[in-house]
Amino acid sequence: MGATVVTRKTAKPSDDKTTMLVRKIPDGSVIDHIAAGKALSVLRLLGNPQENGFTIALVMNVSSSKMGRKDIVKVEGLEVSQEQVQRLALIAPRASVNIVRSYRVVAKRNAVPPRILRGILSCTSPTCVSVRERESAPSIFFLSGRSPLRYRCKYCGTELAEKEISSQLG
Amino acid sequence: MTIRIINMRRNEEPLGADGVSGVAWKGRDVISILDFSRPELGSLFAAADEFIGPPRPRKDLADRIVATAFFEPSTRTRLSFTTAALRLGAKVIDLSPDFSSILKGESLHDTTMMLEGYSDLIVMRHPSEGAALLAAELSSVPVINGGDGSQHHPSQAMLDLFTVRRLKGRIDGLTFTVLGDNRYARSATSFLYGLTKFKPKMVYVVSPESLRHRPEITKKLKELGLRFEIRSDIEQVIGATDVLYLTRIQKERFPDLDDYEKVKGSYKLTKEVLAKGRGGFIVLHPLPRSTELPYDVDSTKSAAYMTQAHLGVPLRMALLLKVLGGGKA
Repeated sequence: MGATVVTRKTAKPSDDKTTMLVRKIPDGSVIDHIAAGKALSVLRLLGNPQENGFTIALVMNVSSSKMGRKDIVKVEGLEVSQEQVQRLALIAPRASVNIVRSYRVVAKRNAVPPRILRGILSCTSPTCVSVRERESAPSIFFLSGRSPLRYRCKYCGTELAEKEISSQLG
Repeated sequence: MTIRIINMRRNEEPLGADGVSGVAWKGRDVISILDFSRPELGSLFAAADEFIGPPRPRKDLADRIVATAFFEPSTRTRLSFTTAALRLGAKVIDLSPDFSSILKGESLHDTTMMLEGYSDLIVMRHPSEGAALLAAELSSVPVINGGDGSQHHPSQAMLDLFTVRRLKGRIDGLTFTVLGDNRYARSATSFLYGLTKFKPKMVYVVSPESLRHRPEITKKLKELGLRFEIRSDIEQVIGATDVLYLTRIQKERFPDLDDYEKVKGSYKLTKEVLAKGRGGFIVLHPLPRSTELPYDVDSTKSAAYMTQAHLGVPLRMALLLKVLGGGKA
């Protein structure tokens, strides 16, 4: 386990100063603008990279001019893929990802919720065919709202709100 | 029955601007009425008009086999599809869940794959929302949704609109009231979806609070531009109504029977309420009925639900013919 959790009760509002809580990483990904309290969920969504030897830094509940409070995750040595960024949007729709190489940001990726989700969410309606015939029926959801985030089940039309999506993935 | 069926040759409702040309019906799945345009519905109704009246022997579908697979009870939908198929010369095979491998736990997936191999078209009713869509995705032969859970019942909605058109001469410009179990009655929701294809003057949606549409259905109706108002008392709107669409409380769909007991008998179409209706207004009901529709309503001039049920045969004849593509539809 290489995870390092750094917290400070009196985080200052400036992003510059909060980012100094954790040292810069030479290579890897910095995931910013995660809703406060969601950093661990983000890690789970990335497949818990710390379990594969990657060094992680979590900054939680720091002040943000845009979000009030936010979390930040740094993963050293791992470049988050575009597909992972899309999935990130499901629990952190405002997240931005900076890809870092040799201490320089070489790419910025914003979390954009995928238009279609296959096999990721489960319908919450107990009478939906995707629930009752789970073994043979796929789970397919269509994006039905970005802010707040909503997905609609292809088969029964049930909509999942951001909270339900987050709780299923978190 | 005092309902007079208007001769539609003289009272043809105008179709959409693009008419009926280019409408592709053959081989099409019928999952939701939302999948059909106004011109397509107009084309279907015009075809169904041809089957009104004394039946003549037909061979349009003589080489076809229609499979009915009803995983839930049905009288009108199953029998009118069967009658329609037989009147067109088709053969019908019926999957009875009580006497098939469904009792052994066979999945919808495998059942559909079997029906696909044994028939040219599948009419399916299932208690799960989305079942017909899933079956249609699996099957290479067309699937007609005979009702999936509390979601869609497209051929019922087509029949209901066809009935309005036959009895009132038009659909546009009328005031509709949909009274009953709007939460679980798929026929009520499908009827409202069907109305989005037309231009009703106003639609009143009336039900006890606990039986109102789920928020996503209300949202969808708004997105589709339907002009409607939600009311809680039928007496507020009966005087302005041209077509009253009534449904029973769907006891079988309540997750908790205590909730059913709370709303049981909470609305009823009495003769006193009917007396407040405007002249010429009609009452539709997909049937079966419960206490909301007393038998003494049957003898009133407004009672149109038996005619509605009987029109299911010509409407479904037209539907089968269009989807299977046999003969002149």
